[in-house]
Amino acid sequence: MTGIAIVGAAETTELGVIPGLSEIQLHADAALNAFADAGISARDIDGFATAGFRPTEVAQYLGLKPRWVDGTSVGGCSFMVHVRHAVAAILAGHCETVLITHGESGKSRVGKSGFAPAPASFAGQFEAPFGVVGPPTMFTVPVLRYMKDYGLTHEQLAMVAVVQRQWASRNPRAFMRDLITVEDVFRSRMIAYPFHLLECCLVTDGGGALILTKADRAKDFPKPAAHIWGTGESSETQIISQMESLTSSRAFRVAGSDAMGEAGINHSDVDHLMIYDAFAHLPIYGLEDLGFCKKGEAGAFIAEGNTAPGGKLPTNTNGGGLSYMHSGMYGMYALQESVRQVRGEAAAQVAGVEVALCLGVGGMFGASGCAVLGRQPKG
Amino acid sequence: MPERPLPQPTPETEHFWAGTRSGELRLQRCQTCDTTYFPPRPFCPECSSRHVEVFVASGRGTLESYVINHRPHPAWSEPYAIALIKLEEGPRMMSNIVECPQTPESLVLDMPLQVVWQKQNEQITLPLFRRVVASGEHR
Ligand SMILES: [Zn+2]
Repeated sequence: MTGIAIVGAAETTELGVIPGLSEIQLHADAALNAFADAGISARDIDGFATAGFRPTEVAQYLGLKPRWVDGTSVGGCSFMVHVRHAVAAILAGHCETVLITHGESGKSRVGKSGFAPAPASFAGQFEAPFGVVGPPTMFTVPVLRYMKDYGLTHEQLAMVAVVQRQWASRNPRAFMRDLITVEDVFRSRMIAYPFHLLECCLVTDGGGALILTKADRAKDFPKPAAHIWGTGESSETQIISQMESLTSSRAFRVAGSDAMGEAGINHSDVDHLMIYDAFAHLPIYGLEDLGFCKKGEAGAFIAEGNTAPGGKLPTNTNGGGLSYMHSGMYGMYALQESVRQVRGEAAAQVAGVEVALCLGVGGMFGASGCAVLGRQPKG
Repeated sequence: MPERPLPQPTPETEHFWAGTRSGELRLQRCQTCDTTYFPPRPFCPECSSRHVEVFVASGRGTLESYVINHRPHPAWSEPYAIALIKLEEGPRMMSNIVECPQTPESLVLDMPLQVVWQKQNEQITLPLFRRVVASGEHR
């Protein structure tokens, strides 16, 4: 237990296709909703973290006067890492109330800055010349090795998407809600063999924001708190070809075990799980690297329904990046769902969530952040 | 055909790209802990020693993993494989497999590969890989 809690959490008013808002306004829309959720305003915030934009730019836009800023930008798990850094900052007395924002015009690309690897970087010299074009050609490249080494089948990989759509079908805010079958996945367009369209994340617009403060102040806020029991972070590689093993993420293992260790929990304590799913293989790697499944067993674990509605380990209950939304840096939405589940207000609410674990990835298996949230301050 | 995005060598990687120009796949080895590593840098990523040497690798490796990209790329007109090659000396590198149909049936994991050179311009020659055909096997 860290003694710090999430006391405000919200996404943008709309999710999906939002051509009427620029990227920075998506940050602001989410922040304003989180202020309303917590019953506070920008005046009450003295610490700020964001990724994508420099924190300076968003803080000024929001009218913040922070005495602590964090611009850690390690991809989609940056927000898990911000949570961890904010915990440390509040405990150190550097600030009292931290706002973390995300906004991304991933689909509509309104007011969005471009990004291409510098030709002199490792990515520019040793990957770009060989035809990588975005995450679908990089994040995906380890999986054939995993399939050969551990016997994961194409059907099991497709089942990740099928199961998450079952969750999304229960969530009115999910972008894709129609139930699908393995055959539907196989019939969808090939993106980067062996990945079909339905095994790749959505590209949508949206944002989210979190507000953190000391747990002993939680009763001053209108909504139930999500208590932060433990956190972890790590980084591994900027280029996919140099991940330590093609069948396991070192960053997942470090961030996951540190978060569970600080929280003082075992796997059997976890009632609800989020694993950042930019592509269908990520929940498989995540379940194994967190230790919920033995090596090579997560594909069958998911295909057999254990993470599905009614299963013993409800996972990615918002529908995930595959079906709920994915703006580019999805970690904020995974955290939002963990908070909703701990508060008991999720669209597809799991009964009796006391402990929720949220694992994020950044870049292409480049970094990781993890947070364990509890309904109670741990006693 | 438009060219691929080309690397911009740095002082620390110039030896690698000078090597590809002259038909050598150059790797680095730590003289302190004997680790062979890639991508190039003037110190050992394993033990931080600055005592490292450049050597000419065999150019042999195996196909460790790949995807076949079906999305458009200005330098390709058909789906193409982006491959990870496990070099005989240990490090892994990304490249493409040439002289081979870009299909799951032809791209068999762990098949032996040999580096070939594709000149892009006076400065840059890329290391690509082709299947090693066993003697007697018909190509
Ligand atoms: Zn060394």
